[in-house]
Amino acid sequence: MRDVPLLIIGAGPAGLSAAYRAAEAGCDVLLLERAKKIGGQLVKQTHKFFGSEKQFASTRGIHIVDILAGRTKDLPGKVEILTDATVLGIYEDGVVTADIAGTIEKIRPQAVIVATGAYERTLAFPGNDLPGVYGAGAVQTLMNEYGIKPGDQVLMVGAGNIGLIVSYQLMQAGVKVKAVIDAADRIGGYLVHASKIRRAGVPILVRHTVEAALGDSEVEQAVIVEIDDEWQPIKETRQVLDVDVICVAVGLSPLADLLYQAGAKSFYISPLGGHVPLRDQNMMTTLENIYIAGDVAGIEEASSAMVEGELAGVAAAQKLGYETPDTDQLKESCLAELRQLRAGPTGGKIRTGLALAGVYS
Amino acid sequence: MNRIEHHPILTFPEKRTLTFYFDGKALSGKEGDTIASALHAAGVRVLGHHFKSHRPRGFYCAIGNCSSCLMVVNGVPNVRVCVEQLEEGMDVRSQNDKGVLP
Repeated sequence: MRDVPLLIIGAGPAGLSAAYRAAEAGCDVLLLERAKKIGGQLVKQTHKFFGSEKQFASTRGIHIVDILAGRTKDLPGKVEILTDATVLGIYEDGVVTADIAGTIEKIRPQAVIVATGAYERTLAFPGNDLPGVYGAGAVQTLMNEYGIKPGDQVLMVGAGNIGLIVSYQLMQAGVKVKAVIDAADRIGGYLVHASKIRRAGVPILVRHTVEAALGDSEVEQAVIVEIDDEWQPIKETRQVLDVDVICVAVGLSPLADLLYQAGAKSFYISPLGGHVPLRDQNMMTTLENIYIAGDVAGIEEASSAMVEGELAGVAAAQKLGYETPDTDQLKESCLAELRQLRAGPTGGKIRTGLALAGVYS
Repeated sequence: MNRIEHHPILTFPEKRTLTFYFDGKALSGKEGDTIASALHAAGVRVLGHHFKSHRPRGFYCAIGNCSSCLMVVNGVPNVRVCVEQLEEGMDVRSQNDKGVLP
């Protein structure tokens, strides 16, 4: 049995930021990451971030990992990071079990921050199980982490920011993007991304959906069609595209399994991406001393995940008695940064979702 | 070849070649690959068949969430090959059933 003040699950942008702020206040941290390296999904974000300087705007995601990891060193509290460490369960007596490099270990933390991130959703259509139908994150992983082309000709389904950014990254890797389609009547992502893709000659077709993936054992073709106001296919607009990859970028859902298992109260809140654990202003769930941060608390961007992580780190450390004269001010400035990140028309969805979850900032 | 050679932002330094076996056939991957990435680079996208419908399966998420990429590795079934590091001499086999633990 390993006794630790604070256990953080997940070493992505939220978990690393939480570790930094908690250790800064003097709290020792054990940070467990199931993958073989830290950074979560930042490791494949080759694009420059938007937002404010505090969240590393204009720095590429792949470089933000090093900055976040660097900040966890030489602090009053010690941050121990273990990779290849998958948390298996959180139990009533406060014990957490984990598979650490093939060995089951028990940990008894005084507080836990769950920063497990999200999983990629898929779309229902005939043939969606064929090899070659890949999540947008999978395509990024293959290209940007392993240097492998996912295919030669791609249909991108989804014109939100992920669909647009991954389309551009596919082009950078030398892969042909045949079209980007979206069932909505407008492009969901930033127009600066959309313009880059259109300038390169890739059509972005709104009010279009994928009807089927065709192929014997792998994707060989995609059938796409325009839809009407009732979202019904307009048959005469049906097109068959020769593609070997259908990339699905239709959003993410919180990866909250550990919290359901532990009994944290959660609700299905569509604008936040699915079942979301409830939390208070300090990011604490309905379970005493169990906190959340990042996409597991509702799907947003890496920038807000970092701020939520900082907030949860400060708050959890404070709850355990690790305070500095700056603690309350730090929490206030995190809340202010979150308000700023969620302001404006692009934050409308998240504001609606948080209001449904009872979070008013 | 499915490996990216020129990229405006990333560099992929030449790495050691590893030999492994897919359904008994020798293939090569690179150090740092997962089993799934090495197979994909070698042109293999069908990793097995569903135990009931017998439809072909490939990976979907590539980060260990969806369990669509289960294969038999060195005799152990239900290995998520998208997050399992490739090793020299690995015996990787298609999985077409629920798998039996060794």
